[in-house]
Amino acid sequence: MLGLPRTRGVIGESVPRPDAPAKVRGAFDFASDLHAEDMLYGRTVRSPHPHAVVRRIETSAAAAMPGVRCVLTAADLPGKPYYGLDKVRDQPVLVGVGETVRYAGEAIALVAADHPEQARAAAAAVQVEYEVLEPLTDPVQALIEGQTLRNLVIRRGNPDAGADVVVKGFYEVGQQDQAPLGPEAGLAIPDGEGGVDLWVATQALHVDLRQVADALALPPEKCRIRLAGVGGAFGAREDLSMQIHGCLLALRTGRPVKMWYGRDESFVGHVHRHPAWMWYEHGADREGNLVFVRATIVLDGGAYASSSHAVVANAAIFGCGPYRVPNVLMWCGAARTNHVPNGAMRGFGAVQSCFAHESQMDRLATAVGISPLEIRLRNAMRSGDRLITGQVVSGAAPVADLIRRCAELPLPPPPADRMALPGGAGNLAEAADVKRAEGWAIGYKNIAYSEGSDDYATARVRLERRNGHAVALVKTAAAEVGQGLVTICQQIARTELGVEEVELLPADTLIGDAGSSSASRQTWMTGGAVREAARLVAGELLRRAGPPGRGLAGGHVVDDEGAPLAPIALLLDEPIEREFEHHHRRTGKLDEHGQGDAHVSFMFVAQRAVVDVDPEAGLARVAQVATVQDVGLALNPLQVHGQIEGAVAQGVGLATMEEIQTRDGVIRNASFTDYLLPTALDMPEVVSELVEEAEPDAPYGAKGVGEPPLISSPAAICAAMRAASGRELCRIPVRPEELAGISETKPPRQLTPGQPPA
Amino acid sequence: MRVSLEVNGRPLAADVWEGESLLYMLRERLGLWGSKNACEQGECGSCSVLLDGDLVCACLVLAAAADGAQIRTVEGMADDRIGRAVQQAMVEAGGVQCGFCTPGFVVSIADLLSRDPHPDELAVREALAGNICRCTGYVRIFEAVQKAAASL
Repeated sequence: MLGLPRTRGVIGESVPRPDAPAKVRGAFDFASDLHAEDMLYGRTVRSPHPHAVVRRIETSAAAAMPGVRCVLTAADLPGKPYYGLDKVRDQPVLVGVGETVRYAGEAIALVAADHPEQARAAAAAVQVEYEVLEPLTDPVQALIEGQTLRNLVIRRGNPDAGADVVVKGFYEVGQQDQAPLGPEAGLAIPDGEGGVDLWVATQALHVDLRQVADALALPPEKCRIRLAGVGGAFGAREDLSMQIHGCLLALRTGRPVKMWYGRDESFVGHVHRHPAWMWYEHGADREGNLVFVRATIVLDGGAYASSSHAVVANAAIFGCGPYRVPNVLMWCGAARTNHVPNGAMRGFGAVQSCFAHESQMDRLATAVGISPLEIRLRNAMRSGDRLITGQVVSGAAPVADLIRRCAELPLPPPPADRMALPGGAGNLAEAADVKRAEGWAIGYKNIAYSEGSDDYATARVRLERRNGHAVALVKTAAAEVGQGLVTICQQIARTELGVEEVELLPADTLIGDAGSSSASRQTWMTGGAVREAARLVAGELLRRAGPPGRGLAGGHVVDDEGAPLAPIALLLDEPIEREFEHHHRRTGKLDEHGQGDAHVSFMFVAQRAVVDVDPEAGLARVAQVATVQDVGLALNPLQVHGQIEGAVAQGVGLATMEEIQTRDGVIRNASFTDYLLPTALDMPEVVSELVEEAEPDAPYGAKGVGEPPLISSPAAICAAMRAASGRELCRIPVRPEELAGISETKPPRQLTPGQPPA
Repeated sequence: MRVSLEVNGRPLAADVWEGESLLYMLRERLGLWGSKNACEQGECGSCSVLLDGDLVCACLVLAAAADGAQIRTVEGMADDRIGRAVQQAMVEAGGVQCGFCTPGFVVSIADLLSRDPHPDELAVREALAGNICRCTGYVRIFEAVQKAAASL
């Protein structure tokens, strides 16, 4: 019917981001752009040693330098001296005299000065005497010595099962940096009454709040954490960086204190993706049906717990891939070493084990004599199947469909010119030597928090009349980190309320918790909270309208036919405001055999990579990555494709170039000059397709989308490089010398898959 | 020392410390926070500005060396039609996610289109190879370049 009121910008539309216009003008305030009258600059003194006892700290010379207003050490801490995620708070706010430094880059003292160069000079002038100890840098050795952050065993069926065809392999994943472009930054402003306001780039305001308030010995209401513009996160901002430090300096000096990390400091100022060493054994029948998987996964957790607990669970639970596996013995542990702590990064444990299980599936296919595609189709998980934890996949699991559709996506054209060959601008590859091959990988992962966490998010929605028309206001504490949650919240409010003008209020801790912008959970959790709060508002609006008002669209109350009855604005003499706390279905804990319903839902992905390789020169260029992803419902297709493309870029990086190089516990490449990131010239063609099969429990049936294409793309790219070069390639990122066959990665030890290191 | 320059057509001056970069001067001295500080090593292009018409990383230019120069920053990009077209195309194509790299890309793309109004794919990739984006995988940024070029 023509002429019926319609709301523009609702769910399902590719609406542009509301913050994009400010961002393209340079008018969007990121955390490092903040400033205040009379502001000081904070700086952190950090240990150069990965393992040492602090014997003496001398601050008087630094304190006497020009412009220096304050120097703080652990002796000045007012509250709890440790912070951390989850239940384990094991990381010192500052390492004090007599205490032990556990990684190179750990914070020892803080300085505030009028100019950042004065702060830098004063930080260098703080004299610290260390008794240097031998660092523990081998995670396998650490586990043998009992330095275990968590280990998990999953036993299913007959762990000792035998099979007709058995393949074994060792796999290694290097340490990836999230490398968000925005550095760690924040501005702390004392309120003059003993409290503090902190504007900060973070993923989780309330998680920060609990740690900051405890460290400052302040009641939570005296610490207000407010979201500043976040320049990307990808897991790097789950743990604290400058939050406590900035507040300590601000409260001590009584002046606003800004802190931002340079890129070198950022590399030790946030956690990274756990490096992994994985020993796998797969068994199948002669047709390629999986009979058993046995695996040992060793993760380097670094010096402190961070989120290792949950990363271990994910690496293990998803460690066989989205396949039906009747018999499993899986051992996964994170070691405590003297490396910078490892924790959350997009894909969160599933990335590491996906590289191993997908490499194994290719080996198995070869051993059985079927194609990589066929072995995956034969074992693909379906709705109603069980994970290796025994949990039934109750929602959508269109794995075979994803694989088939991915195989139908168009292949890339041959390299157009020399620049498109491996080695590109360097003119290094001969077109005649270049071999093109494709590789396959599939992956899956949970959405939202797991293992019994009470996962919830809060939203407040207000509808009011402004200049004669209805405006919705949405307030949450959820962190927009670039993923596009702000767009989704607006689309949801428009959908439920039938008004187009939706204003997003600043995210801060003045409203209830939204949890972290991680685990691909915010569309489900905060999106769900906004939907329910908006539905409460809509209910009140329809009550005011009375029959025959049945719905809201295009600024009107409408009847069953969608015909307009009255402008919404007319019903808003009194504004309507409702709040909702949205919890997802409670998950359970794992038992001693690693069995239990630990997750609420799963998202699946299939990927095909096409790579051009010059096997003589050891050069590769990824030509194309094709992705078909299970998204439930695409609330904003433009944003979903944007997430896929961005995740693929990070997958290209992990497969081909990105690795933190550490020697004797010290990072050697803490800069963008030495830590390589994919540029516009490295980026392959990305083709993607979405499979929309509504998830029963999810708001609108929409699953999270951010992580899956980073789970399996590194494995797919490496598989293509293997196929093109004929080399084993058991580690990512693939090094040129391995691609050229000059060297080969060997297991650091011989471990029996399924058994703990001994 | 006193540094005077013209930024986006406005004469401006500030007292700077001898070691300060043009990026620091723009941001902390002149309050032009649009140019970003992601690597401060000339690798990521987040601080891209035009200095006397040349595309540079403001983090690698000493403020003192920019004395007397004409600077165009992201804040001045809307002053001409190329800059406005680039900004609009970046919004519409979905070339913006976290947005930290965006100001640098806007300046670099506008610079590209002012020299080459219809760049082919390779020309776009080469021109933007000095700007790192960690969110988008560049795909929608490439689209934005073509969209902006088509609109001019």
